[in-house]
Amino acid sequence: MPQRRQPLFLARASYRKRRLRDGARLLPIFGALVLCMPLFWPSTSAQIVAHWLFVFGAWAGLIGLAGALSRGLSDADTSSREQGDISPALPPRDDLDEL
Amino acid sequence: MPFNILVLACLLYVALLFVLAAWAEGKSGRGGAGILRSPLIYPLSLSIYCTAWTFYGAVGNAARSGLEFITIYLGPTLVFVGWWWVLRKLVRIGRVQRVTSIADLLSSRFGKSNLLGILVTLIAVTAATPYIALQLQSVTQSFGVFANQTPEVWTLEGRGGAAVWVAAGLALFTILFGTRNLASNEQHHGIVIAIAFEAVVKLAALLAVGVYVVFVLGGGPSAVAARIAAVDLDSWQPDPSRWTALICVSAAAIITLPRMFQVMVVENIDETHLARASWAFPAYLFLMSLFILPIAVVGMEKLPNANPDMLVLTLPLTQGQGALAMLAFLGGFSSATSMVIVETIALATMLSNHIIMPLWIWARPRAALRSDLRAWVLRARRLSIIGVLALGLGYFHLSGGSGALAAIGLIAFVGMAQVLPAVLGGIFWRGASGVGAVMGMVAGLVIWAYTLFLPSFGVGAALPAFVFDEGLFGLSWLRPNALFGSEGMDPLVHSIFWSWAVNITLFCLGSLFTFPGPVERVQGAAFVNVFDEELAAERLGWVQGQAEPEALLNMAQRIIGEDFAISLFEEAARSQGKQGYLPDLTPDFLANLERRMAGNVGAATAHAMISQLFGRAMVTVEDLMAVASETAQILEYSTRLEHQQEEVSRTARALREANEKLTAISVQKDAFLGQISHELRTPMTSIRAFSEILTEDGLPAEKVAEFGRVIHAEAARLTRLLDDLLDLSVLENGTVQLTIGTARLGTMIDRALAAASQTRAERHFDIQREPFDEEIYLRTDEGRLVQVFINLISNARKYCEANHPKLRIAVRQKGARVVVDFIDNGAGIPKDQQGIIFEKFARLSDTAAVGGAGLGLAICREIMATLGGTVTYLPGQKGAAFRVSIPLRIGQST
Repeated sequence: MPQRRQPLFLARASYRKRRLRDGARLLPIFGALVLCMPLFWPSTSAQIVAHWLFVFGAWAGLIGLAGALSRGLSDADTSSREQGDISPALPPRDDLDEL
Repeated sequence: MPFNILVLACLLYVALLFVLAAWAEGKSGRGGAGILRSPLIYPLSLSIYCTAWTFYGAVGNAARSGLEFITIYLGPTLVFVGWWWVLRKLVRIGRVQRVTSIADLLSSRFGKSNLLGILVTLIAVTAATPYIALQLQSVTQSFGVFANQTPEVWTLEGRGGAAVWVAAGLALFTILFGTRNLASNEQHHGIVIAIAFEAVVKLAALLAVGVYVVFVLGGGPSAVAARIAAVDLDSWQPDPSRWTALICVSAAAIITLPRMFQVMVVENIDETHLARASWAFPAYLFLMSLFILPIAVVGMEKLPNANPDMLVLTLPLTQGQGALAMLAFLGGFSSATSMVIVETIALATMLSNHIIMPLWIWARPRAALRSDLRAWVLRARRLSIIGVLALGLGYFHLSGGSGALAAIGLIAFVGMAQVLPAVLGGIFWRGASGVGAVMGMVAGLVIWAYTLFLPSFGVGAALPAFVFDEGLFGLSWLRPNALFGSEGMDPLVHSIFWSWAVNITLFCLGSLFTFPGPVERVQGAAFVNVFDEELAAERLGWVQGQAEPEALLNMAQRIIGEDFAISLFEEAARSQGKQGYLPDLTPDFLANLERRMAGNVGAATAHAMISQLFGRAMVTVEDLMAVASETAQILEYSTRLEHQQEEVSRTARALREANEKLTAISVQKDAFLGQISHELRTPMTSIRAFSEILTEDGLPAEKVAEFGRVIHAEAARLTRLLDDLLDLSVLENGTVQLTIGTARLGTMIDRALAAASQTRAERHFDIQREPFDEEIYLRTDEGRLVQVFINLISNARKYCEANHPKLRIAVRQKGARVVVDFIDNGAGIPKDQQGIIFEKFARLSDTAAVGGAGLGLAICREIMATLGGTVTYLPGQKGAAFRVSIPLRIGQST
C-alpha cells in the first residue's frame, strides 16, 4: 500500500511536546500509586497526622506538576498553531503516532 | 443571632445572585463575554462538585471515619490531573457533536438510540433525587441550627415549610435563567456566573471557619496536630478496599454526574480552559478539604454531643461568632443551591430531550409539524425543572430528613457510576455497541438498587428482612450484602464491585456479540477518532480553531460569487458597526450566510461547509446523508435536464430541416409560377397581337388565313402546355390511373418512333435498333411508357444538330429489369447542366425551343417513378444519351 511516509525523527520542539503529553498521560497513574501509599503503612492513631501530611503533600505536589504540565501543553498548543499556513490537502489517516 | 436577620441576609444573598445572573445574561447577550471568557470562571463553576454534602457532610464523615472523607476529592483530582486521557476527549466530543447532556452523549455515540437516552435519564433522575433531597435537607437543617441551636427541636413541619420555600425559590431561579431561551449549545452564562460566585463564597466560608478553628479555638497547627494524634478511634483506620473503591467511584462520579457533565462539557466555552482547570480545580478541592479534619477533631472535642454534620455551623455559633456563623451558613446555602440549580437544569434537559419531547411528538405528530417547537421545548424544560424539584422535595418528606448526609451522596455516586463503562468504552473502543451498553447499564443498575439503594431505606423497609438473612427466593448467594457468597465485604465496596463487574462484563460481551448499525458505527469512529483530524492537521501545519472571517469570505466567494459575497460581508460588517469587509462571526451572520450559500449548494452542504470552518463542529452522519441525498437529487435533475436538452435539440434539428425544405419548396413554387406565367404569356401575346390585327379592316384574305393559322398554332401550343401541366400535376400527386397490360417492347418503340417522326419531320434520322433484343414482353402501362419513349426520341430529333443525325436504341435485360438506352450523336449535354435537365421548365436554350415548354423530361421522370423505373442521363456516350430502366413486371422493385 503506497503511503506518504513521515520523517522518522521529529524536531526538538515537537519531540518535547510529545514527551510533555506522555507526562500528562503518566501523571494520574503516578498520582494514584502515590495516593495509595498510606494503605501500606501500619496505621496507628499517632500515624494519622503523618498520613494527613503525606496525603496533602502528595496532593499539593500533583497539583503543582499538573500546573507545570498544563502550562507546557498550552504553550505547545499555541506554538504549533502559529507555524505553517493553511493547506487544504486531506490529512492522511495512517501512521499518526510515530515518534 | 436572631433568626429574622438570618432570613433577611439569606434573601439579600439570593437577590444578589439574581442580579448577578441577570447581569451576566445581559452581558453575554450583547456579545461582551469578557468575564465569562475568564479562565477562572471554568474551574470555579466546576466547584458544584462540592455540594452541601462536602460543606457539612465532609466534617461529619471525618468525625466518623477519619481521613477517608478525602478519597471523595482524590478521585476527581486524579481525573483532572489526568485530563489528557478522558476529559480532553469528552470536551472535544461535546463540542464537535454538540452534546447537550450525558444522556445525549451516550445516545449519540450508540447510533442516536433514544433507548439509551431514556435509560441514562432514568438512572440520572433516580440517582439525583435523593441527592437533591439531601441538599434541601441540609438547608433546612442549617436553618434549624439557627432557629433553635439544636436541630432536633425544630419541628418537622417547620422544616418541611422551609424546604418547600427553598425548592420554590430554586425552581424560580432555574426557570428564569435556565430556560430564558433555547440556545443550541445549551449554555447558560447567567447561571455559570452565579455558581462561580457561590463557589467563591463557599470556599471563603469554609476557609474562614477553618482558620478560626485552627488558630483561635485550636491554638495553632501544632496543637491541633497533637489533638488529632490523640484521637483514638478504631473506625479511623483507613480500610484499603474502601479507600480504593471510594477513589474509583468518586473519579467515576466527576465524569458521569449530570451536573458535572453540564458544567464541564456543555458549558465549556474554550477548550484551553480545561488545561488550567486540570490544576486549578484540584487546588480548589485541596483548599476545601484542608481544614475538614481539624474542624472535625476540634468540634468533637468542644461539642461532643452535637450532630457532626452541622459542626461547621454550630462551632462558630456556640462560640458566639455570629458573623462567622452567618458566613458559614451562606457557604452551605451556596453549596446546596448551586448544586440543585445545575443538577435541575441538566436533568430537565435530559428529561425534555429524551422523554417528554419524543413522547409529545409521538402523541401528536401533526402538531409537532405545525406549531413552534421551541416554545414546546421550553415548556417541557420548565415542567421538568418543577418535576425534578418536586421529586426531591417528595423524597425529602418521605425519608423524613433522616440519614447521614454522606451515605446518601455515596449511594447516588455509585448509581451514576453505572454509566461510566459505557462512556469510557464509547470514547475509546470503536467496537463498543449500544446493545452492550444497555445490557451493562441495566444489570449494573439492578445490582446497585438491590445491594445499595433499596437497603439504604433500612432493613425491612424497601426489602423485607428475610431477604437480608436468607437471600432473594431463599437463595443465600443472592443476599444483598453478600452476592455470590462474598461475605465480609463493606456494603459499599460490595455494591461497587459487583455492579461494575457485571456491568463491564455484560457491556463487553454485548459489544463482542452484536453487529452495530451503520449510524452507530460511523458515530463510534467519530467519537473514538475525534483527535485524528487534529493530529494529522498539526503535521500539515493546518491552522486549527475557529474560522477567520477571511477564510469564510474566501469560501463564500467561491460559492456565491465574488461581488455578492463581498457586498454581503460588507453589509454585515456595517450593521455591526464595523469598517471594512470582515464582520464578527455572529450566529445571525453565519445563519444568513448559510442560507445564501444553501441557495447555491444545498442546505446540508452549506451547513457542512460552514461547520468545517466555524468552530470544531464536525459534519455529523445526518449531515453527510443529507449531502448525499442532495447530490443524488442534483445528479438526477441534471440527467433529466440532459435528456430534455437532447430532445429539444433533436426537435430543433427536425424543425430546421423542415423549414429548409419548406423554403426550398417555396422557392421552387415561385420559380414554377414565374416559368408558367412566362410560358403562358408568350403564346398569349402573339394570339392577342394577331387577333387585334385581324379586327382591322381591309386585310387581304391570304393574310387573314395566315394569321388565323398562327393563332391556331399558338392556341394548340397553349393547350399542349396546359395538358402537360395537368399531366405532371396528376403524376406528382400520385393520383394517376395506370392501365396495366402486357406489351412487347419492340412494338412500343415502333409506336414511339412513328409518333415522334412528326417532330421536325424534315430531318432524316438514322435509327439503329437491335430487333432481336427488343423481343421482351413487359407488364406495365404501355401508353405511359410509350409517352416516355416519344419524349426522348423527340428530344433527340429536336436538339441533335449533327449533320447526319443518328439515334441508337439499345435494349438489354438486367435481371428483372430492362434497360433501354437512347443515344444520339449530337453535342450532348454539358456536364454542369446534366443535373437540371429533369427539372420543370429546364430548357437548355431558347433558340432550340420548338413547341416545348420544358416539361417533357420532368414528366418522363414522374412517369418512370410511377412505373417503378428510372430515367437518367447517361454521360460519356459521345452524344446525348438517356437510359430508361423498367421492371419486367410492374410492382417488382428489383
